Amino acid sequence: MKTLVWVEHDGKTVKDATLAVVTAASKLGEVDLLVAGSGVDAVAAEAAKIAGVSSVLTADNAALEHPLAETVAPLVVKLMADHDAFLAPATSNGKNIAPRVAALLDVMQISDILSVESADTFTRPIYAGNAIATVQTSDKKLVITVRGTAFEKAAAEGGSAKVVATDGAGLEQSVSTYVGSEIAKLERPELTSAKIIVSGGRALASSENFHSVIEPLADKLGAAVGASRAAVDAGYVPNDYQVGQTGKIVAPEVYMAIGISGAIQHLAGMKDSKTIIAINKDEDAPIFQVADIGLVGDLFKIVPELTSKL
Amino acid sequence: MKVLVPVKRVLDYNVKPRVKADGTGVDLANVKMSMNPFDEIAVEEAIRLKDKGVTEIVAVSIGEAKSQETLRTALAMGADRAILVVSEEKVEPLGVAKLLKAIVEAEKPDLIILGKQAIDDDNNQTGQMLAGLLGVGQATFASKVELTADSVTVTREVDGGSETEKLSLPAIITTDLRLNEPRYASLPNIMKAKSKPLDQKTPADYGVDVAPRLTTLKVVEPPKRTAGVKVADVDELVAKLKALGVAK
Repeated sequence: MKTLVWVEHDGKTVKDATLAVVTAASKLGEVDLLVAGSGVDAVAAEAAKIAGVSSVLTADNAALEHPLAETVAPLVVKLMADHDAFLAPATSNGKNIAPRVAALLDVMQISDILSVESADTFTRPIYAGNAIATVQTSDKKLVITVRGTAFEKAAAEGGSAKVVATDGAGLEQSVSTYVGSEIAKLERPELTSAKIIVSGGRALASSENFHSVIEPLADKLGAAVGASRAAVDAGYVPNDYQVGQTGKIVAPEVYMAIGISGAIQHLAGMKDSKTIIAINKDEDAPIFQVADIGLVGDLFKIVPELTSKL
Repeated sequence: MKVLVPVKRVLDYNVKPRVKADGTGVDLANVKMSMNPFDEIAVEEAIRLKDKGVTEIVAVSIGEAKSQETLRTALAMGADRAILVVSEEKVEPLGVAKLLKAIVEAEKPDLIILGKQAIDDDNNQTGQMLAGLLGVGQATFASKVELTADSVTVTREVDGGSETEKLSLPAIITTDLRLNEPRYASLPNIMKAKSKPLDQKTPADYGVDVAPRLTTLKVVEPPKRTAGVKVADVDELVAKLKALGVAK
């Protein structure tokens, strides 16, 4: 089987999420990458070094500067004439683009796969991860999004794929235009790719406390900062901090839940973390039922003490 | 201006899903069913656009006959009429998108607002597929919608922040959680909704093949986590962190 992986990038570097998709694709067969954008030489060169990749196909066009589904999908559909499977990360861009590709190919997409069981059979979470379904497709071509935390990342170095320019012309944008974006400048690792995450909940009681208690600990550990929905809804932190069923799904090596009770909706977003550490003053909080290490007590005493002792 | 709002009947979000013992799926017998929460947000957004030039809201549902209840909820919230495409067999997002395309061609709405995903199958596909089939613009994961006579500007929630796109009409919008707070239907409106028009159709009426492409081989519970140890104080926690290699 010949697969095509959409490379997520910011115009400068390949995003980490792509590497897990390469691993998933390599379980199906040969892996080609698509680098679509405007001025993509650096990204293509980086992508060509990813281990296990056959070819890097580039589409260079000003219309592709921002990955709008309306422009990327027709390009992918054209390339799928020579490929059997299209895979994208289950990131906001991947989730935006892939179904449009699937519809144009008349294929039922398989979303957010956790494993490749065979060439036509995959597992995926349903009901926010409260159940895992094994699904088999009868479609001739496959369109798949991949949950990044479920697959090992392919090595970013060691490959030597050839870079092939494809025809990125004729991609006029008519139905939609990119207006602008506000991406928070990250001084810390990104939530979905961080090895350690320190998350705070409603018990922090204010935005000031969140910043003065959670962030120093995160910085000491080199960790990303997350939050429960309650903390986001209370306005302590922006909504892109949210870990949970309707927020980000994470699976770091270590997840520290501080002042988070452990609502089902939060657990759905972090229960695949390797080690969960909970600090909460309520010893009956549901978070302790999933935590590997728990400490009962006042977070306003414990966390500063912990930060100073690390 | 006309808005089409597709809605889905799903297991109520407050009910914990139970996997059936025979591994064929999640038990939906005798449990509370409700409108998919993201679809409620879509209905609410359509109603709020009534001040901005929207004159008619058509709610659509595709599914078992009981989806009538879900449509009545949409009508009670403020939709004007409803279309139910009855299929007792499960229809996948691709089939749903094809049926919606046929309905769009008949109804000619200016805007189609859908939930970004249904909380049962978590596919997150239908809106994007419909946009592809219709060849129109799509703004997924919307957190803000500004409508004018011939275009819509949508702020979208994306990884790490937000992004704004302008789409010419007709266009597809899928809703994210923070777009709005859906209203509760008042009792008088629930009563009034009973007399609003609700058309019943079948997939055959639209000449659409909705045969599934995927077969679910089995459904299992995810691996369970068990509670670990409790430590007594910060020093013990520091020792554990050191053992894990995350602290020096």
